[in-house]
Amino acid sequence: MSEAFLPVLAGHAEASEVAPPSTPRNVPYRGGAANPSADALRAQFGDAIHRVDVVWAETTVYVDRARVAEIVRWLHDDPQQRYDYCSDITAVEFRDLDRPIEVVWHLRSLPFRRFIRLKALLPKGQPLVVPSVYDIYRGADWLERECYDMFGIRFEGHPDLRRLLMWEQYKEGYPLRKDFPLRGRFSRSEQLRQILAQNPEAKYSMEELTVLEAFNDLPGDMRQRLGKGEQVGE
Amino acid sequence: MGLDTRRVETGVDVSPSSSESWVTTRLDFLVNWGRANSLWPMPFGTACCAIEFMATAASKFDLARFGMERMSFSPRQADVLICAGRVPFKLAPVIRRIWQQMPQPKWSIAMGACASSGNGIFDNYAVVQGIDTIIPVDVYVPGCPPRPEGLMYGIMMLQEKVKKERMADKSLRNEMEPDPSSQLYIPPQLIDELSENFGNSVHQTRSGL
Amino acid sequence: MATTTRTVEVELSTTGLDAQGRPQRVPLATDEAGNLVPITAPPSLEPELEGEHMLINIGPQHPATHGVLRLVLELDGETVVRCIPHIGYLHCGFEKTGEYRQYNQIIPYTDREDYLNSPGNNVAFALGAERLFGIEITERCKVLRVMAAELSRLISHCVWLGTFCIDIGAFTPFLWIFQQRERVYTMLENWVGARLTTTTTRVGGMAADIPDGWTEDLAHFCRTFPKVLAECETMLSKNAIWVGRTVGLGAMSADEAVNYGLSGPLLRASGVAYDVRKDFPYLDYETYDFDVPVGQTGDVYDRYLVRVEEMKQSIRILEQALARLPDGPVNIDDHRIILPPKTKATSDMESMIHHFKQVMEGPRPPIGEAYVAVESPKGEKGYYMVSDGTSKPVRWRIRPPSFVNLSAIPKMVEGHLLSDVIAINASIDIVMGEIDR
Repeated sequence: MSEAFLPVLAGHAEASEVAPPSTPRNVPYRGGAANPSADALRAQFGDAIHRVDVVWAETTVYVDRARVAEIVRWLHDDPQQRYDYCSDITAVEFRDLDRPIEVVWHLRSLPFRRFIRLKALLPKGQPLVVPSVYDIYRGADWLERECYDMFGIRFEGHPDLRRLLMWEQYKEGYPLRKDFPLRGRFSRSEQLRQILAQNPEAKYSMEELTVLEAFNDLPGDMRQRLGKGEQVGE
Repeated sequence: MGLDTRRVETGVDVSPSSSESWVTTRLDFLVNWGRANSLWPMPFGTACCAIEFMATAASKFDLARFGMERMSFSPRQADVLICAGRVPFKLAPVIRRIWQQMPQPKWSIAMGACASSGNGIFDNYAVVQGIDTIIPVDVYVPGCPPRPEGLMYGIMMLQEKVKKERMADKSLRNEMEPDPSSQLYIPPQLIDELSENFGNSVHQTRSGL
Repeated sequence: MATTTRTVEVELSTTGLDAQGRPQRVPLATDEAGNLVPITAPPSLEPELEGEHMLINIGPQHPATHGVLRLVLELDGETVVRCIPHIGYLHCGFEKTGEYRQYNQIIPYTDREDYLNSPGNNVAFALGAERLFGIEITERCKVLRVMAAELSRLISHCVWLGTFCIDIGAFTPFLWIFQQRERVYTMLENWVGARLTTTTTRVGGMAADIPDGWTEDLAHFCRTFPKVLAECETMLSKNAIWVGRTVGLGAMSADEAVNYGLSGPLLRASGVAYDVRKDFPYLDYETYDFDVPVGQTGDVYDRYLVRVEEMKQSIRILEQALARLPDGPVNIDDHRIILPPKTKATSDMESMIHHFKQVMEGPRPPIGEAYVAVESPKGEKGYYMVSDGTSKPVRWRIRPPSFVNLSAIPKMVEGHLLSDVIAINASIDIVMGEIDR
């Protein structure tokens, strides 16, 4: 190597007087110290920040759903925040079915060793849509796809929002919703019948078919049928 | 306990019209001995049982002494499909296809509780409740995961089963065909009956608090 | 010679596809200034032979995919132009099922999602549940959990090393390493009764205290394991075939790695010194003296070096834990949360009632939520639990490190050869049980 190797150190942006991290002890239920980024968010975004909650020493910031991408980008780019690591993106639906679905972003700032949780509320009865943070964190790719697969929440701006864990022609619904029963909506034999008939590996997706050079050589009517989303058999 | 090692009554029919004879029984013995002691497994390993399968194949428990060290990952060259691990619905057509690709003679072992019956802890929307709903199973090995000794006991049971086969019984090597409309080997009502709700593990809050 | 072009005019039914019907992914690289810039497709090695691209399918049943993973590769000869991974073949509804189970009943599920790191997952979940309940565990329990977690890290890296060697073509280290795993299995079986899916912890303590003689077994193991590891290193680290097959493959720069959300040895091999044990400590890890290996280029060889060094550091932590294991109770004193000892439950009325309540209903945490992350052998493993005051969580989320690590595979294999895909896939150290849950 021609240049000296310098590892990127977590916590390198903290001032040297800050004590090294230690195992949290006797974590208070409520009333712990909030993450300083929460105040910075309030100062920057005003009433897009609905609420700040500190439970078990973790700061949760409830934000306006439409401005999520903007807020996350600010948290990523601002030199005092630098939340460069997206730990997780998920959603929570409560047993009280009138409560809105909460979409949760877990972000870490490696330079400052901070952790923050952002939440956006999606009331039932309205389309479940939130902006995607794919352009900010590439790690959000599959996390958002899984959230869509399990809850039916659409992430606007995600380039390829398809089912990830269930197969694409899955008909029973969105499994992690509370109105979806644990054993599924159909009987066991019906579930087996469906998957054996749908047989996802026997068919290439449109994305994969476009690779094939021979696509151009297919007869015109077949290309049209494929173009309309028909799946080819074995 | 242990395996029953008494000589099994073969019930050989020695009437002139039967196809069984001294020659075929000797040939049966030879062929079955060969097959039983060189079963090449097709390890269809999905989850934790696959790790115990690997441990069984490793030095301490050694599957090579059963003639099974040659893991054939191509189904075309395999004798026994060992389904080790839970099988979700998305994987069901895959295991079906692999089973159909295996040439006769073939057997299958459902290793672990998940492959045998879906395992009570995975009684949910995603897991096939026993692979015998998709492929025919010869030996079920319970356990979560079964100890290597348990898997070896299951393999030895399969070897006993193989040794009891008779060439004259041609039905043994018939390929089981699924019902074309439902694609299932077992009638759908039977599958539903067998996989009924188990206990109260599907209720969200028992206390209601 | 004219190159063939493809134009596809179809009705697009999937979102996010561009005019050619491809998803709008733009592979990123870092330029000299450290900014993320799109990279162009790798130049073809022999331009005059350019022709069709081939589409091949690896998996879901395949010996080298480390579980049921399906990779669809677009190949230009032997060179990978694009990789489309498909997962979900082991999706077993863990998170949904967790909503129907009490907290102690969820612990066996944590064994089975990352089944190579069962004790580690148990520890992680117990820490998360204890945060949610707001309880402090005993000192002895903390040290025992550190032992469980580090043993688990060791055996997970053992499996990784064994299977990685097989993928590259070296079969012998697999057998050597699995023999060591058997020794740890024996120790775990003596402790909790199970080899693989251990369920070592309970909310508020452990399933059982260690038996007599267990610490001597562990001390003996710590003395003898490094020799086996050294043998494997002698076989591999300076081996020309090994180096030739692993150096320069699948490299990710530090910025890319952080942006893709990678964690664990993958991230550290790329030069980012982020280890949850050091940066967001738990179980008093800040009081243990250990180093975190950090690589330089992020290629497959660096990942191998990082993991082997982590195994040595795990032995170091285990020796310190053995030295400091304090006497005292393993479980907390609060029998509303953890089961009372059986002798008391069958003789003392109050204990019997506690036992009954816990078995029938389960301990109930206050309303709230907690996200606790630990350093699993694969990366940052997090459990996010939301409680509504009942004995079963409203939401139990597993943040799987292999899931996010695997999502970077299309970026890692671009421009490499087909056999390198296997090596790169093996170097990520994925466990499909964790990815698909």
